[in-house]
Amino acid sequence: MNLFPVEVIISNKPQARDPEGETIARDLIHKEGFHAIRNVRTSKLLALIIEAENEENASNIALKMCNDLRLYNPVAHSISVRVGQRN
Amino acid sequence: MKIAILQFPGSNCDKDTLHVLLNIAGLRPKLIWHNEFDDDSFDAAILPGGFSFGDHLRAGAIAAHSNAMQTIRKMADQEKPILGICNGFQILIEAGLLPGALLRNASLRFVCKWTDLQVESTDTAFTCRFSKNTKVRMPIAHNEGRFFVENNSLHALKENEQIVLRYTDENPTGTLDNIAAITNSEANVVGMMPHPERASSTLLGGSDGLKVFESMMEWTR
Repeated sequence: MNLFPVEVIISNKPQARDPEGETIARDLIHKEGFHAIRNVRTSKLLALIIEAENEENASNIALKMCNDLRLYNPVAHSISVRVGQRN
Repeated sequence: MKIAILQFPGSNCDKDTLHVLLNIAGLRPKLIWHNEFDDDSFDAAILPGGFSFGDHLRAGAIAAHSNAMQTIRKMADQEKPILGICNGFQILIEAGLLPGALLRNASLRFVCKWTDLQVESTDTAFTCRFSKNTKVRMPIAHNEGRFFVENNSLHALKENEQIVLRYTDENPTGTLDNIAAITNSEANVVGMMPHPERASSTLLGGSDGLKVFESMMEWTR
């Protein structure tokens, strides 16, 4: 078995407004002149270490855990899972 | 003595501070909306507690970029007294006027209680009326008050006597080295998590905080 670093990113769905991202864009980034930044969305990142046989297996364990434990609210959030190189 | 009390969207201790300065300390404070604060002729400024801009990204991080902070920076450069209380402390740190970071409490809880403190440094604009090592009581009410700096910076803060208040009885937030308040190297900018404006009248449980404002008056003389 190997250890894989796995990142789970929980974001608001595109149709759900993200007031935190809007505030950071309006009152900080655009206010200070970084107009090339056209949009900001915040999300939550969970950095996991997962013991698994391979990358696909590690990804599946993370996805199952997120769904079974309702780590995100599927009504408002979407998740993405990124598996890094095994340690 | 003309004192500016800034108001950010979310400030909620602004009027308590106004009351103490006006009715108890007998000063001439003025509440000023952050966007309208462009007059650096005030003798001192206070950034009150509460919240600011939803405290998105980090507590105080958005307010640190408000127009008012340019005026605060000018006043700080003129070595005028600047006090940040609670969210005001967080704003001063995010603006780089004070060193370090204020992280979420170790308990992951909002902590609201009276605390026992010791005045560590009396050579500052807001503690010069205290005697060194005096024990005082003031309440705290915050979620992000766990002061943090790396070891070499902590060493420098100690060497320069920039630690202003420490918790004594217990460490309510897991803050580094029991730190509750610090000052800049010129000792005119002070940030504190405890609320002196809530401890300025015996009717409200204690008056130790009043000396914070009396110190400001003496420092300016």
